[in-house]
Amino acid sequence: MNARGLARSLAFLPLTIGGAALLFPLWWMVVVSLETPERAGAAITGGTGLTLWPPSPQWHNYPDALREMGGAEPWSGFTNALANSVVVTVLVVIGTILSSSLVGYAFARVRFRGREGLFLIMLGTMMLPGQVTIIPLFLLFRSLGWIDSLLPLAVPAFFGNAFFIFMYRQFIAQLPESLFEAARIDGYGHIGIWLRIILPLCKPVNAICAVFTFVAVWNDFLGPLVYLHSDEQATLAVALNSFRNQYGGLEDVHLLMAASLVTMVPCILLFLAAQRQFVEGLSQGAVKG
Amino acid sequence: MAPVILQGVSKVYANGVKAVDCVSLSIADGEFVVLVGPSGCGKSTTLRMIAGLEEISSGSLIVGETRMNDVPARRRNMAMVFQNYALYPHLDVRRNMAFGLERRRSHGSLLKALLNSTYRDKRTAERKAIDARVSAAAATLGIESLLHRKPRELSGGQRQRVAVGRALVRDPVAFLFDEPLSNLDAKLRGEMRTELRLLHQRLRATMVYVTHDQEEAMSLADRLVVMKDGVVQQVGTPTQVYGRPANRFVAGFVGTPTMNFINGTIEAGGVFRWSAGTLQLPQARWVGLSGWQGKPLELGVRPDQIRVGTGSSRGRVIAVENYGDRMDVVIESGGLRLTSRSPTAPLREGTESSFELLLESAHLFDPAAAGNSLPHLSPTSTA
Repeated sequence: MNARGLARSLAFLPLTIGGAALLFPLWWMVVVSLETPERAGAAITGGTGLTLWPPSPQWHNYPDALREMGGAEPWSGFTNALANSVVVTVLVVIGTILSSSLVGYAFARVRFRGREGLFLIMLGTMMLPGQVTIIPLFLLFRSLGWIDSLLPLAVPAFFGNAFFIFMYRQFIAQLPESLFEAARIDGYGHIGIWLRIILPLCKPVNAICAVFTFVAVWNDFLGPLVYLHSDEQATLAVALNSFRNQYGGLEDVHLLMAASLVTMVPCILLFLAAQRQFVEGLSQGAVKG
Repeated sequence: MAPVILQGVSKVYANGVKAVDCVSLSIADGEFVVLVGPSGCGKSTTLRMIAGLEEISSGSLIVGETRMNDVPARRRNMAMVFQNYALYPHLDVRRNMAFGLERRRSHGSLLKALLNSTYRDKRTAERKAIDARVSAAAATLGIESLLHRKPRELSGGQRQRVAVGRALVRDPVAFLFDEPLSNLDAKLRGEMRTELRLLHQRLRATMVYVTHDQEEAMSLADRLVVMKDGVVQQVGTPTQVYGRPANRFVAGFVGTPTMNFINGTIEAGGVFRWSAGTLQLPQARWVGLSGWQGKPLELGVRPDQIRVGTGSSRGRVIAVENYGDRMDVVIESGGLRLTSRSPTAPLREGTESSFELLLESAHLFDPAAAGNSLPHLSPTSTA
């Protein structure tokens, strides 16, 4: 190996160690979820070390865990929570993309009085911790009769997200003005331009917005905990918490890990599927094109 | 198609800059008018006001018989070709060309189309009509093979054709071109110029074209509008503008190489005195100029009216540009540099040479009156 190859290998060493450290919790969860109750419990208490792969993987741990996850009927707790999570997540992703891109377009391309001031105010809302608004929002949604429904989780997404509005605005501002002018000449108004030009051209930002929002909403625990009370309305994060309360003992840790892994799968799959778009989107604007 | 009339149109930006100052112009139905001038002269702003992309600060824009000042761009039914083509990058060539037509088709909603077979049939028929128009325009421009490509897969010339095609498929009241050839190389620019001219002959459409290239303007225009600092300097056919420039700016802007200007005064008997001596103006040129005797004037002589190698004047050849069929020779005489365009001659840089100014079609300009041309001396007025 020449000096250059050696230097390259040495450079990869810390990266490999860092990658292994990041993957360790995931590996640990996978292994524990496939262990027998005794070996999993022992691994938690440090009685025995884990092997790289379980000697006899207990695949039935997964159906066992999901079958017992809340609900009166077997599987019903999991399927209800899954359906609720999917509905909320899909609605929030769609709502965030539509509203944020529309507002971003207005801030980037529509001239109106007070535009810069409004944009600064909008940016200012990013400094506000989410916890601050929990009580006023709860009171608002209660007065609307929305408590214990999915509406408080989904509807606010259709009013834009400050961070994504900022991203869309920056992206749209980089697009050539002549594109918008050509569309105006072609007979399109603002809504037509937004639908037919902006949304398709903002694919990288859409991907980032979708992935970030999906992960945030899918894993959101506080929102559903505050607004949803009944088991039927619970999302996966809340159902998983209930499951932890019910099966949180050492003897059931393998089931808890199996249920936790299942709830993580969509996020991992989505990231892998949108990885290219995601990286493209993150690097947008990094170099002058 | 319709005539386009500008009546005292001005554009003043919020910072007070006056980009266009009281432009009045009547463009006839089917006419090809070229707005030409240096950068910042207001030609593009004028075009954008016609398109509806800029608000008109004062004056009126009338298309057909309708005042268009307050009509938004999307309702003006103009077609425009942009300098950078402005093709939609996410659509293929066919969809790019059909984009404007899709907006203009009658509005049967998708829901109605799904529920009602009449709407469905109507939408299908509209789709077919759009496809037919796109195909016809593509055939005209020779881009049928490109219809399924994305703009990024096209060369500059191909993109330019697609941009023209996008305008062509529509049935606009006027075609507007904003320096559409400026991004092409010289050869392609020449070819596209011819194609645009042929296209106009075939369509007989109202076309307004903006360029800073006076050669391009001369070759395309039915009528030229020469602008400077937001003000129209002269409107006329290429022959009129070249042969009878309204002022020194127009005379210097139109024509390649640029006109030679010689400062001097007129004396009795039609003698023009300048730093290197005197020139005798032809009688037809100086009759009626007695009132200008002793006043500073500028004599304008086109390069093709200076003969090198003959005559009594002498100067030093400082540059020779040989184009094969002709030569541009720069001669220094009396502290002035004069450019001559003449057939090839064995001249070498740094040598002395005789030259002669042919003053039959010379121009005189009054520096005191913003360089206005003295009317008596225009060649057509004495012809």
